[in-house]
Formats: sequence, C-alpha cells, structure tokens
Amino acid sequence: MIERLGAAIIDRITRLGNFVIFLLTAVLYAVLPPYKPRLLIRQIRTIGAESFFLVGLIGLFTGMVLGLQGYNTLRRFGSEGALGTVVALVLVRELGPVLAALMITARAGSAMAAEIGAMQATEQVDALTVMAINPVQYLVSPRVLAGVISFPLLTSIFDVVGIWGGWAVGVGLMGAPNGPFFNGIAHNMSGHDIATGVLKALVFGLVVMWVCCYKGYYAARMATGVSRATTDAVVLSSVMILAWDYFMTSILL
Amino acid sequence: MAEVNQNGDHSPTAVVVRELRRRFGAQQVLDGVNLECPTGQITTIVGPSGCGKTVLLKHLNLLLRPDSGKIMIDGTDVTRLGARGLDTAREKFGMLFQAGALFDSMSVFDNVAFPLVEKTRMSRAEIRDHVLEVLEQVGLGGMELKFPSEMSGGMQKRAALARALVHRPKILMLDEPTTGLDPTRTHSIHELVRETQRKFDLTAVMVSHDVPQVFEFSDRVAYMHSGKIALIGSVPEVMAADNQNFQQFLAGRASGEVERPLSQVIATPGR
Repeated sequence: MIERLGAAIIDRITRLGNFVIFLLTAVLYAVLPPYKPRLLIRQIRTIGAESFFLVGLIGLFTGMVLGLQGYNTLRRFGSEGALGTVVALVLVRELGPVLAALMITARAGSAMAAEIGAMQATEQVDALTVMAINPVQYLVSPRVLAGVISFPLLTSIFDVVGIWGGWAVGVGLMGAPNGPFFNGIAHNMSGHDIATGVLKALVFGLVVMWVCCYKGYYAARMATGVSRATTDAVVLSSVMILAWDYFMTSILL
Repeated sequence: MAEVNQNGDHSPTAVVVRELRRRFGAQQVLDGVNLECPTGQITTIVGPSGCGKTVLLKHLNLLLRPDSGKIMIDGTDVTRLGARGLDTAREKFGMLFQAGALFDSMSVFDNVAFPLVEKTRMSRAEIRDHVLEVLEQVGLGGMELKFPSEMSGGMQKRAALARALVHRPKILMLDEPTTGLDPTRTHSIHELVRETQRKFDLTAVMVSHDVPQVFEFSDRVAYMHSGKIALIGSVPEVMAADNQNFQQFLAGRASGEVERPLSQVIATPGR
C-alpha cells in the first residue's frame, strides 16, 4: 500500500520534472542555432494569422455584451459617461488576454497537440531523430516562439475590436454619450494597464504552446492516445490560463 | 567500409551487438542479445510478435538506449556517445519505418529532399538532381509532386526508401518494410531492397514477419525468441538448424507466448 503510494508520488514528480525539462529544452533550442525562420513564420501563420478572424469575432461580441451590460449597470448610478473606461479596462486588463488565449487554445492548441501526437503515432518524430534532427528543436521550439509572438498581437486585436464593439452597442444603440466614452479611455487607461495585458498574453502564449506541444509529444502511440492528448491539452491549457491569470493579477495589480 | 569481400566470409562486421539488455517496467524485452551483421549483406531478424525485434532495431538506430551491453557500429561503441556523437553516427544510417513515416504535410519531393535540405549545404539544383535520381531508382519517377496521402501503401514504402537512401548511408535499417502490403507488392519491395542493397553496396538490417518469403532476399537470418537471438547464420544454415522453436515458428504454429505489443510497453514518457 505504502509502496504503491510512494511509486505513484515518484511517478507524478517524474512527470512534473519531465514537463518542466521539456519547456527548458524547447526554450534552449529556440535560442541555439541553427535558426529556422521558415518554420517560425509558418507557425506564426498557423497560430496567429489563421486565428485572426476568430479572435476578432469573439472580441467584437465580448465588447458588445460589455457595452450592453455596462450601460445598463452604470445607468443605475447615473454614470453612463464611464462606459468607455469600464469596457476598455475590463478588456485590456482581463478579458482580452484570457478570452483570446482560450480561443487560440481551442483553435490552434488543440490542432497542435493532435498534429504532434499523430506524428508520434506514425513514427514521424522517430524519423526526425534518426535523420539526426532534434524533434524538439524542429517541432516544439518554433511553436513556443510563435505563441509568444502571436498571443500579444492577437490580444491587442481582441482589445481594439472589443472596444469598438462596446462603443457600437453602448453609444450607438443604447445612447451613452459619445465624447466621454473615448475621453474616459484616454484619461484613465495607464501604460501599466496595457503592460499588464501584454505581459499576461506573453505568458499565456508560452503556457499554451508548452502544454499543447508536451501533451502531443508524449501522446500514447495510438488513435485513442491522440484524442486523449488533444482533450488533455485543451483542458490543462484552459485551467493553467485561468490559474496563472489569478496569480499574475494579484501580483501585478 | 568499401573493402567488401565478395564471398562475405572475412568481411568486416558493420554492426556488432554484445549482451544487449533492456527492460520496460517489469518486462525484460531484450535479455542479452548478441548479433553480428556483416558488411555488405542483408541480415534479417525474424521472430514471433513481441519477441523484441522492433525494440532491438530501435536500439540499433539509436532511438532507445540500452540498460547494459554494447552496440558497435563500424567499430564505435554507440551506446556511450553524447548528443553530437549520436548525430554523427546517425548520418551513417538510413531507416525505413514500418508505416513509412513520411511527413504527410510535405510532397514526396520535399520528403526525400528533407535530409539533404536540413543536414547538408548542397545547392537547390544539386538536391533536385539527387532526389529525382533516387526517386527514379525506387521506381517513382514522375511522382515527386504527389503527397503521401495520394499514394498507395507500396508507393509510400518506395518513397520512404528513397528518403532513407538519399544521403547515401552505409547501413540501411528496415522495420517490417512490407507490413500492410499484398503478396505481389511484398515481393516487389523485397526485390527493390535487394537491388538497392547491391547497387549502393549497403549493409542492411531488416526486421520482417514475411517468413519464409524474406529468406530468398536475405544473406543471413537471425531468429529472435524471448529477448534473445536464439539462432543465427546463413539462410541454408538456419533452415537446416535443429531448433524446435524455430521450426514451430516456420510452420506457423503459435508458440503460445504472446507478449505485450511494443506500443503498450514504450508508451510512457521520459524513456
């Protein structure tokens, strides 16, 4: 009984250690030559450019609902003029990084786990190794780097589109005053707010790519292994995004 | 390595395995393997499912590290090499995987060109000439723009063989190259392996389940049983050997010892 408990704990710790070493290796290979800009650009296209429309769409609806709810709440206190500030701060500090990261996880992260998992299952990863090409350097490092580059950019797009969505509903539809909407943003949004949002997006980019690549890379070599890896990747990424968000907010606030 | 002796008797040995052991969990998959693969010959490893032949091949091509024992490739003990040494050693090999392991996101041309693009400084034109030549040799002339998903199993194997050969390795390793092929295609892949082995003067190590058809294309046969090489020699020697297990195996009778498949044994991270 105790032996089994001990074995389970050792197994957990070994896995955790593997998980951390995996990230360190990927980061190390990202900075070591040979550099592969072609692979990086391809991943930025997959993670970044191809998520553009989705992130914009979600950003628009998020902003619109913030405009609607914000207007109705603020009207009770007679402070409709603060609508712009509320929408922009909520998006930039909190919802932008988190929702964009969750959407990119669902779209690109899951595909990444499945792709690497399928490559493992069909021995394509072994084929890289046999050809003396480090599979972490070839498959994982460009994805992690692309995540760190793409997430802040997509988050910025999410924020901007969201603010326009909030404006369209709050000002255009509900009749909040137009001038104070943008004035409030200009007055109350500090560089610190923007930096917080960007930093969160950077960290989420790293975390999501780390988790999704790891889960794919160590998928069991069969069809069910790939599907399991994909599910695990999305679930664990989502949990880690929200958990990290809380810790970072409490530190950066 | 060029000093291949035509009669094969006194030629140097490209691959020597000594007392190789490897355990996965509670299972001793390799239990003291001794094997010699002479230069310029095809050595075929046969044996019942789960006897450890694929795991052995994964040690020979340096994908797995043994718990103990030696693997000498061209006189170098590769079990003690660091990352850089491993890369150098790997450049001597070509490997044909069971399912081909072609990159499905790339065309046949890009697949075959891949080792040259990534590991050499050849110009585009040189790479193109090389790739088209080797594709012609495996009977895939004019197919270079196809994607793996658009090809039959036999054609995928040919493309994978082209990729394994394109950097002119000295040693070719083949993991059940005819899995999933019909008898006609199996025969033509065997013939192709034989032909390329002769043409490029390769040392080939093949794991196969096509018994006894594969013997026709092999110089030496090693019969593996329960993690050991139970029998090894030239084809006539092995066929004549008085080994009950092997005779049973030949007759196609189940030996009763079905072990766990490889996928379950090595599915754990951090190997």
